[in-house]
Amino acid sequence: MNILVIGLNHKTADVEVREKLAFEGPKLAEATSALKSFPEVQESLIISTCNRVEICANVRELESGVERVKTFLSNFHDIPRDALDKGLYVYSGREALCHIFKVASSLDSMVVGEPQILGQFKEAFDFALKNRSTGVLLNRLMKKAISVAKRVRTETRIAENAVSISFAAVELAKKIFEDLSEKTFMLLGAGEMAELAARHLINSGVKNVLVANRTYERAVGLAKEFGGSPVHFDEFPAMMAHTDILICSTGARHYVLAKEQMHKVMKDRKNRPIFIIDISVPRNIDPGINDLDNVYLYDIDDLQGVVTANILERNKEAEKAESIVESEVETFLKWQASLDALPAVVALREMAEAIKNEELERLINKLPELGEKERKAIEYMASSIVNKLIHPPTAALKEDSEDRETLIAIIRKLYGINGEEE
Amino acid sequence: MNVLLFELALTSYFTATIICVAELLGLFKGSKIISKAILIFAAIGFLLHTVNIIGRYVEGGHIPITNLHEASSFFSWCIVLLFFILEYRYKLGLLGSFIMPIVFILMLSSSMLPRKIEPLSPLLKSYWLGIHTVLAFLGNAAFAMAFGIGVMYLVQERYVKSKHPGSLFQRLPSLQILDEINYKLITLGFPLLTLAIITGALWAESAWGSYWRWDPKETWSLITWLIYALVLHARLTAGWRGKKAAILSIVGFITVLFTFFGVNLLLKGLHAFV
Repeated sequence: MNILVIGLNHKTADVEVREKLAFEGPKLAEATSALKSFPEVQESLIISTCNRVEICANVRELESGVERVKTFLSNFHDIPRDALDKGLYVYSGREALCHIFKVASSLDSMVVGEPQILGQFKEAFDFALKNRSTGVLLNRLMKKAISVAKRVRTETRIAENAVSISFAAVELAKKIFEDLSEKTFMLLGAGEMAELAARHLINSGVKNVLVANRTYERAVGLAKEFGGSPVHFDEFPAMMAHTDILICSTGARHYVLAKEQMHKVMKDRKNRPIFIIDISVPRNIDPGINDLDNVYLYDIDDLQGVVTANILERNKEAEKAESIVESEVETFLKWQASLDALPAVVALREMAEAIKNEELERLINKLPELGEKERKAIEYMASSIVNKLIHPPTAALKEDSEDRETLIAIIRKLYGINGEEE
Repeated sequence: MNVLLFELALTSYFTATIICVAELLGLFKGSKIISKAILIFAAIGFLLHTVNIIGRYVEGGHIPITNLHEASSFFSWCIVLLFFILEYRYKLGLLGSFIMPIVFILMLSSSMLPRKIEPLSPLLKSYWLGIHTVLAFLGNAAFAMAFGIGVMYLVQERYVKSKHPGSLFQRLPSLQILDEINYKLITLGFPLLTLAIITGALWAESAWGSYWRWDPKETWSLITWLIYALVLHARLTAGWRGKKAAILSIVGFITVLFTFFGVNLLLKGLHAFV
């Protein structure tokens, strides 16, 4: 029993290599059944996402197992071995467990803490289950990995803060306004990032959308796309009285909204809060308006600052997550080691049971006059003796200790149990 | 028996408060189990507290709000009651962390004041006692909640305005919901306080023959009433919402506390019994 992970990810290989190695659609089924056919590979599972391709396997023997999987990858994708070897990492044993748990918990992702990977991980496992390519060991490992990921999610704040500018904007909007669906959003100008942020806002439930642009036709086009209404550029200050969230990116070289203007707007709004995001560089909105009550102005640097702080926060949480992973790896290793003792334990018990049954049969044949009650009592006594005798060695085998290997060998020798029954 | 119940309730609130403070300091990583633990300890405290108040009622034969110990205890009981209603309705998460310390401090003050059940003075033997005091304390409990929510608002507003969302940012509710609840609590507390003042005046008329005598308690109640009237008025006319409203609700609660403790302990008046 050897757990093995061979693969590559965004850190070790370029996108072209990752693309070539990806297992998509029918290729995945084909590869899964190919892997199943190799005698070296007892169990296998393929994780293939846009950022990583990994083969997890349980192989009989480490060296030949690695060789087998690498050759398979090279042949299957028609990539020369040396070109392939450059980007591949190979983990086994403890390292492999650690890696799998980290992948599932999104500690190995490009954006640490992003939630998609767990879904992809589950899909890969479901696929393997359906195709019966995994067995006792990998099933247990994958289930464990999923539970580790959930533990990381609940015990750390790893996925809590937005780590992209447009998501940070949405997150802030939600902390100012409870329910975005009742709010009016205005897009002023149409930079690419502003559009992206607008899309995220609309996906988060904003229904009332206004679009203002210097060229009115462009405003009309965008408004149509977002299901909103166009506004003439000159009218935008007046419309601010009805706007709760403003994203601004006009490309103008000067402020399009001054503090005095905003002061008046706030009066018209009866001081209802307004969230303004100025994505333009140079800035289009007088930064001084942030001093006004109930006005929350963020420029691109502010948002970037929030994102950076969030990333730092995630990295801090990632450290906590790593220690969770470490402890779970230990638990799994203990369980795996207890598997080593299992055949010996089973053989010992079988042997003892066989002796007991044989002796019981002989005795009962010799004493046919025994009644039901007496026979039961004798059987009970025999079972008891057997159980009491084999309990200490069984317990010793199951116990987690460094000399387990030696113990297994001794028991096998003492009782004459041979062979690698599994 | 009653003493034991009171001490147990105090201990339970104390435990909840300790957990609350630790949660605010981020010692529990915002785990959900912790918020549950706060609720459970608060609930146990509330149950014991309720039995304690009923016990005093039965023993004394009148509503137990006739000395500062009882009043302080009843005050915190009302706050916990309101806390559970708000928690059930809005599930604000961190609310407990801002409310339980107030409850604990009130209970602690209560525990340090003389607890003896005195026979009711003839002056207080009136059905107004129950009506006037319960109205006043329910109103004050609403103001205490508004205070807690106001503090939450200021913390959250600070995070948003400073552009450095800190550790509590994620767990605090949105500004809008905090502002709304703050407003609702004051619109709940204000009529209760008004009614308490009116019933107090009626009671004074029947007891002393005049509605209003400008004793310190009455004066300070009026100041409190004016502050909350200002909060509501400014909100409706000048759009004083958000930060200003939050600050005013904090100032309001400080006058409530002064009316309650300060007037009794520092300025002696006709209201000296409570």
